[in-house]
Amino acid sequence: MTFLDVRDLRVHFPTDDGLVRSVDGLSYRLERGKTLGIVGESGSGKSVSSLAVLGLHKRARISGEIWLDGEELVGADEEHVRGLRGKKMAMIFQDPLSAMHPYYTVGQQIVEAYRIHHRVSKAVARKHAIEMLDRVGIPQPNSRVDDYPHQFSGGMRQRAMIAMALSCDPELLIADEPTTALDVTVQAQILDLIRDLQREFGSAVVIITHDLGVVAELADDILVMYGGRCVENGPSTEIFDNPQHPYTWGLLGSMPRLDRERSERLMPIKGTPPSLINVPSGCAFHPRCAYAELVGGACGYEVPQLREVGGGHQVACHLSQEQRHRVWHTEIEPNL
Amino acid sequence: MDELLTVSGLEKHFPVRRGLLQRRTGAVKAVDGLDFTVNSGETLALVGESGCGKTTTGRLLTRLLAPSAGRIEFEGRDITHLSTAALRPLRRDIQMIFQDPYSSLNPRHTVGTIVGAPYRLQKVQTPQGTKRAVQDLLELVGLNPEHYNRYPHEFSGGQRQRIGIARTLALKPKLIVADEPVSALDVSIQAQVVNLLEDLQNELGLTYVMIAHDLSVVRHMSDRVAVMYLGKIVELAERTALYERPMHPYTVALLSAVPIPDPRRREGRERIRLTGDVPSPLNPPPACRFHTRCWKAQDKCRTVEPPLLELAPGHQTACHYPENPPT
Repeated sequence: MTFLDVRDLRVHFPTDDGLVRSVDGLSYRLERGKTLGIVGESGSGKSVSSLAVLGLHKRARISGEIWLDGEELVGADEEHVRGLRGKKMAMIFQDPLSAMHPYYTVGQQIVEAYRIHHRVSKAVARKHAIEMLDRVGIPQPNSRVDDYPHQFSGGMRQRAMIAMALSCDPELLIADEPTTALDVTVQAQILDLIRDLQREFGSAVVIITHDLGVVAELADDILVMYGGRCVENGPSTEIFDNPQHPYTWGLLGSMPRLDRERSERLMPIKGTPPSLINVPSGCAFHPRCAYAELVGGACGYEVPQLREVGGGHQVACHLSQEQRHRVWHTEIEPNL
Repeated sequence: MDELLTVSGLEKHFPVRRGLLQRRTGAVKAVDGLDFTVNSGETLALVGESGCGKTTTGRLLTRLLAPSAGRIEFEGRDITHLSTAALRPLRRDIQMIFQDPYSSLNPRHTVGTIVGAPYRLQKVQTPQGTKRAVQDLLELVGLNPEHYNRYPHEFSGGQRQRIGIARTLALKPKLIVADEPVSALDVSIQAQVVNLLEDLQNELGLTYVMIAHDLSVVRHMSDRVAVMYLGKIVELAERTALYERPMHPYTVALLSAVPIPDPRRREGRERIRLTGDVPSPLNPPPACRFHTRCWKAQDKCRTVEPPLLELAPGHQTACHYPENPPT
């Protein structure tokens, strides 16, 4: 049985301006001990889909299925889902300062989460909190446990939040841009930490980011989102060695890289990400796609479906496999 | 090459006041003795982690802050202590691009008012009127000139950053200090703005001081790079030399921490993991400020401050035990 199985997930928000289709038919699977990287730009639906897994949307219309360890979460009892949070699944948020309560000490917040799931005394829970802070590399955890979040530096806050998320050994850990606000040296420490903890506890990890470097460091599989849908997914090595979707090419071409010769010019994607109220018809990427004309029309009215292209690699694009192969090898890869 | 900007011994200490009488109890040494030059037409990047003083340096160069000590010369003229009135003509030559395209534009003003503001403030007459000049600028940065009457909220982040760039260019500055110009933007938009800044530099002969923390973007855009740590420059070199033969251990560590977008190279990469955080600039470590996190630190590093020396032509490093020493 697949540990996390998301099927045709749709998350829509009714607003005064119209229906915002943040996630519009997303499916993926994740096994225990594996890491999935969800990549996309702001508004692609990557965070919204993960909040839906945790049941954290209040005013959204959610349809589709989310199976966690054989249990359906869409439409499940709220109190029941609340009981799953913390122990079964936990989340690391991007901004620890707004995700932590400013009036409680870091220790109190970890203790609270721990005692919801474990019948232990406060003293035992506190000892556990200190252990967790030590585990994530907070210096002097014995005294730091009584500090308030504002007394921590950015990197330490992020580590404290990881300690909080991991305090109950969650089976599913969702990390939403866990290192975006951090400096590179601290980012490297946090990525190492997530990797080590996953090895130790064997959890399933979803890492959400816009940084292809970060997913390349951590993920076994990658899912690229655009306009609320998955446009390409597959094993990490496939996505980097043999990307098939023009949007993935665009992301790779937009990014200066330290591991290659310095390119004279970046190859950006033209235009801007779509409005989720008026998602373009057909393929949501077609107004920005440099190769839509090769297809001759279908991109504008027909939504491309995900199709297997071999090796567990799926892509949703109207270009033929020969066309994609040719463009990647002649126009994109040599210029990266 | 001409030196456009010369900085020597630049310091900025922010006083820390405590207690009822607000007595001065210490100082945050945000910038603590910088020496560098910026040549006409080049891009100099200032890189480092948060709290290293790179943003403060940018604000000192544009004289948005007054230095505590040191000297800034622009085109051979000392501008360190110019008064607000005396600075005004200088503002035509030195401009700034800000990081956050959301907070750096007044939401109540139209694009036309925002981009035209420099003309009004400096009382500059343009041959065919301000409106025409603003529309030309919008076109130059890749925006539709017909959007003259729109408000900032009607634009996306990347477009707003273009509006900010158009405003910066209005008075044809010589030097632009760009503080994290692309870090708030999405990846695909980042590349558009990076290309725009490069095109503008080539077309208009601009000189950039770029403040950034993304080492990949810095390598792409800069000619020379200064690496800062706790208010000091620890290494300054030509781009290629810095990335291929970094000498300061801190630079080596920074470069090895950059995630490489290639899953095959995940294993087997030589990494240097710095432990802990950057120490507080309120109370920086004595002698070499990096010694608390440096894996090569010896007794000398804790007692003698290493000077910034030119160890190879054009390659300055402040370290007693540099990596990749010249043979």
